Amino acid sequence: MTGDLKGRARLTGVAATAFGELPGSSALGLHAEAAHAALADAGLGPRDVDGLLCAYSLVDPHMMLSSVVAEYLGVRPAYTTALQLGGATGCAAVMHAAALVETGRCRHVLVVMGDNRLTGMSRDDTVALLSAVGHAQFEVPYGPTIPALYALVASRYMHEHGATPEQLAHIAVTMRRHAGLHPGAHMRAPIGVEDVLASRVIARPLRLLDCCLVSDGACAVLVSAADAARDTPRPGVGLIGAGQGHTHEHLSQAPSLTDFGCHDAAGRALGEAGVRPGDVDVAEIYDSFTITLLVELESMGFFERGAAGPAIAAGALALGGSLPTNTHGGLLSFGHSGAAGGLAHVVEGVRQLRGECGARQVVDARLAFVHGDGGILSAHCSLVLARA
Amino acid sequence: MSAKPLPRITAETRPYWEGCAAGELRYQWCAACRRAQFYPRVACARCGGRALEWRRSAGRGVVHAVTVVHRAPSAAFRADVPYTIALVDLDEGFRMMANVVGTAPETVAIGDRVRLVFERRGGVALPQFTPEGSAMPGGASLPRLA
Repeated sequence: MTGDLKGRARLTGVAATAFGELPGSSALGLHAEAAHAALADAGLGPRDVDGLLCAYSLVDPHMMLSSVVAEYLGVRPAYTTALQLGGATGCAAVMHAAALVETGRCRHVLVVMGDNRLTGMSRDDTVALLSAVGHAQFEVPYGPTIPALYALVASRYMHEHGATPEQLAHIAVTMRRHAGLHPGAHMRAPIGVEDVLASRVIARPLRLLDCCLVSDGACAVLVSAADAARDTPRPGVGLIGAGQGHTHEHLSQAPSLTDFGCHDAAGRALGEAGVRPGDVDVAEIYDSFTITLLVELESMGFFERGAAGPAIAAGALALGGSLPTNTHGGLLSFGHSGAAGGLAHVVEGVRQLRGECGARQVVDARLAFVHGDGGILSAHCSLVLARA
Repeated sequence: MSAKPLPRITAETRPYWEGCAAGELRYQWCAACRRAQFYPRVACARCGGRALEWRRSAGRGVVHAVTVVHRAPSAAFRADVPYTIALVDLDEGFRMMANVVGTAPETVAIGDRVRLVFERRGGVALPQFTPEGSAMPGGASLPRLA
């Protein structure tokens, strides 16, 4: 069923800090917590790392973050850089790391991202900073927030395919149920569809509980060459397919409001892996808003057009459903800490394939699909992971 | 309270904003692709050609997507909530973002016909839209800005 693992990069160590309110935390300290935990998971130390990939911090911006992180960790990489693709950065950095180890440039590449957006800055500052992602001349003067831009997508999707607020609410409810099974999740108290529909409107049709959280937290993933994976105690998880897709940055430039770069990203990743959407045992897909997950699932081919909403309301994404998705609770409930939020999907995919997820474990998960999206459904990267 | 953001005008967008100041909505046209381009760029984003001409839009279009913002991005917009943001498809074949003004926000729907109006903000005339039947004065009646 699955593609060939031979020679492909392995994900040999993963870690996520707890997500949520972490008083006194710092962006760098969180990077280090996640990095050392991922290295311990792989049975390696900082000096084993010869590649280091980071993202960015809103709280502590630096023009050379990966260099700062290398210094802080005591890593002396043969290759390092920072990537900036918003929520797609986590998946894109793993794809980048795989290229580094598959070409022989590096043996062990550490991918680490974190930020303390919840305690490190005010909610107003976070909202204002993120809103600046709009086009400075042709969008920002009209006052769009990130939720408003995704709400435009929701309005068009609902117009074309007739999805209902109740169907969107089921996504939030499912994510919360999964987060309740993860001890490190930001929001674990169960919610119902009626809670989502009673929460205040942020940007019609999206309500507060349709929106992801703002969290402190960090994640790290160690990507190793196939032969170097022997340095580690476990066989690791194979990265058997990866792909990106990009159609626009600003939503007003998007060629479609219901079909996005995730279509090409997933097509390329699944094609490289030699598998189809129906082969996937567990999916970890970017869910910045309920509508994000809905449109991506259809654009990527996991559901027919207009079919995802009813299927999700019937339990398709829940544990035991046809496509268990975001088993950690996703950005909606596990938490969202910038680029680390997208990397958390990778961490969970690896843990599912290693069978370590306890009450939220998908039985006999062998193939995982992971997807990150940055901007307003702008930058996309998909990964296909297989149990070694 | 901070002021609402104003565009920082650059060489390739200056004709657009000068057009707004004169009460008209301008867009680029690539003669090679026979295609409208928005926002303005130094070259055509399809063929790379630099032979772009400026045309004047009639300022009429249809709402492609719409939301009503209840949580403002910054203090500058807080007094305006709830307000409408729409993606408008102009009849000349390009799409732009704007607020739909001069009507109750909740009444704006996908498929509505809208027409151009201008909002004065700082020293800039900002293109906006209003429902086609609205009594708001249109772009042509806007006095020239200095």
